[in-house]
Amino acid sequence: MEENSEAPVISLRNVWAGYDLDTVLEDVSFDLYPRDYVGLIGPNGGGKTTLIKVILGLVPPRSGSVSVMGASAQEGRKHIGYVPQLQISDKAFPINVWDVVSMGRIKPGFSSLRLNSEDRQRVEEALRQTGMLELSKRSINEISGGQRQRVYIARALAAQPRILLLDEPTASVDPHASVQIYDLLAKLNAEISILLISHDMTAVSAYVKTIGCINRRLVYHRDKSISADMLQAGYECPIDLIAHGVPHRVLPAHDIDGERLE
Amino acid sequence: MINFLQEVLSYEFMRNALLAGVIVSAACGVIGTLVVLNRIVFISGGIAHAAYGGVGIAYLLGLNPVWGAVGFSLLSSLAMGYVHRKEKSRSDTIIGVMWALGMALGIIFVSLSPGYKADLMSYLFGSILAVSTADLWLMLVIAVVVLAFVLVFYRLLLAISFDESFSTVRNVPVGLLSMAMIVLIGLTVVISMRVVGLILVIALLTIPPAIANLYVREMRGIMLFSIGLSLLFTISGLLISYALNLPSGAVIILVASLAYAVAAAFRQISARSKMRKETQNAKNGFEVIR
Repeated sequence: MEENSEAPVISLRNVWAGYDLDTVLEDVSFDLYPRDYVGLIGPNGGGKTTLIKVILGLVPPRSGSVSVMGASAQEGRKHIGYVPQLQISDKAFPINVWDVVSMGRIKPGFSSLRLNSEDRQRVEEALRQTGMLELSKRSINEISGGQRQRVYIARALAAQPRILLLDEPTASVDPHASVQIYDLLAKLNAEISILLISHDMTAVSAYVKTIGCINRRLVYHRDKSISADMLQAGYECPIDLIAHGVPHRVLPAHDIDGERLE
Repeated sequence: MINFLQEVLSYEFMRNALLAGVIVSAACGVIGTLVVLNRIVFISGGIAHAAYGGVGIAYLLGLNPVWGAVGFSLLSSLAMGYVHRKEKSRSDTIIGVMWALGMALGIIFVSLSPGYKADLMSYLFGSILAVSTADLWLMLVIAVVVLAFVLVFYRLLLAISFDESFSTVRNVPVGLLSMAMIVLIGLTVVISMRVVGLILVIALLTIPPAIANLYVREMRGIMLFSIGLSLLFTISGLLISYALNLPSGAVIILVASLAYAVAAAFRQISARSKMRKETQNAKNGFEVIR
C-alpha cells in the first residue's frame, strides 16, 4: 500500500476490552485510512463483534483510546454506516424494505420525526445504488438473505457515511449473492472507507485491499498477504485459505516457537 | 336484537362500560403492538401484577385504588425498565421477583385494612360495569397521552423496535424512548385494569396484535387492525357477558382467545394449501420439461 498522508478515519490505540471477568480484546491498535478496504478475519469467539462494538462506542474499552473521524466513538459514529450481521429473527418483524432503509436517516433531535424530501431522495438513491429500488415495497420476510444484506447496506448508505463497517456481510448468503455484494462494496470503496469483519477467510481475502487477523489480539500490517504471525495470532487450528492467487490451499496445523499445537 | 341493544344502552353503567371498552381498545391496540414486537410481554405482565401492590396501599390509606395502581405501575415500570436495559442476562429473574413482590405487598396491605373488601376482586378480574364517569375521564386522558406519544415518535419507535443497536449508533435517545414506552405500558395496564383486570390484561395487550401480525406486515397496520380487534372483543364480550350473566372481563378474554385460535388455525390451513399448490405446480412444471 502507498503511504498515506491523510489522517485515519478510525484509530484504535492499545485497546483492551471485555465483559465482566472476560478479556476479549488485548492491546489492539489499528488505523483505517480514507479509501482503505480492510478485511479482518478471525475465528468465532475471537472478539470480532466486540471490536465492532468498541469502534461503534457500544462497549467502552477498559483501557486505550478509540477515535472515529478525529472525535470520540460516540461522536464520530454518525459517520459510520453500520451493517450488522443478518439475524433470523429480523425476518419476523413486520416492516418493508423502504422503512428499513429510511431508518438510515434517523438522527438526534425532533427534525427526524418525519421524513423530509431530502431524506426521501437519499433513501431512494441508496436503494438504487444497491439495486433494491424495485423491491422497496416488499416485506423484509419476502426477500432472500442476499437481498436483505443489500437492504442493510442501503440503510447504512442512506446516512451518507464516510466509513462502512460490516459484520459478517456474507455469512448467511448464497455464493452468487455474495459475489454481488462484494462487487457493490468494491464500487462503494471509490468514496467510502470499508472495514469488514468475518470468520470466512476464503470469502474475504479475494476482494479486500488489505487483510488482518483478529483473535483477541489484532495482527495487521496494511498488507494484502497473510503472514505467519497473522495465522499464529488468528488461528490455532488448520484452516482453508486463499493465499495470493492460490485458491483452496489447506495449511496444516502450524507451529509456534517450534512446539506443535493441537 | 334492536330491543336488546336499546335495553343495554338505556343503562348508564352499560354506556360507560362501552365507552371504557372503546378507550381501552385504542390504547391497548397501539401499546400491545409495541409490547409484542419488542418481545416485552413478560415485563408487561410484571407491571400489571405489581400494580396490585398500589391497589392494596390505597385501600389501606383509604384512597382511590386506581390512583394507587397508577403510582405503583409507574414505579414498577421504571424499575423493570431499568433492570431490562441494564441487566440483560438476569433481567427476567429480577422482573419475576418484582412481579410477585408487588402482588404480595398488595395482599398484605389489603389484609391489614379494616372493613368489607368484596370489590377487590374487581381489580384483579375487571369490573367494566362499575366504571364511573371520573374513571372514564382518567382513561381518556391516559389514552390520549399514549396515542399522541406513539403518533409523534412513531418513526423512532419503529427504529428502536426493529434494531436497537443501529438506532444507538445513529445517536437517537434509545434508552429514553424505550423507558418512556415501558412507562406508557404501565399506564395502559392501569386503564385496562377496570375492563379486564390486572391478571387478564396481558391477553388484551397481546392477542389483538398477535392476530393482526398474521395478516398485516407493517407496524402501523398492525396497530390499527389491533384497535379494531380489541373493540370487537371488548364490545362483543361485554354484550355476551350481559346476556348470559357471566363476568365480563373473563368473557372478553375468552372471545379474544377463541378468535386467536381460529385465526391461527385458519392461517395454518391456508399456508398448507398454498404449499400444496406450489408443490403441485412444481411437479407439473417438471413433467412438462421431461
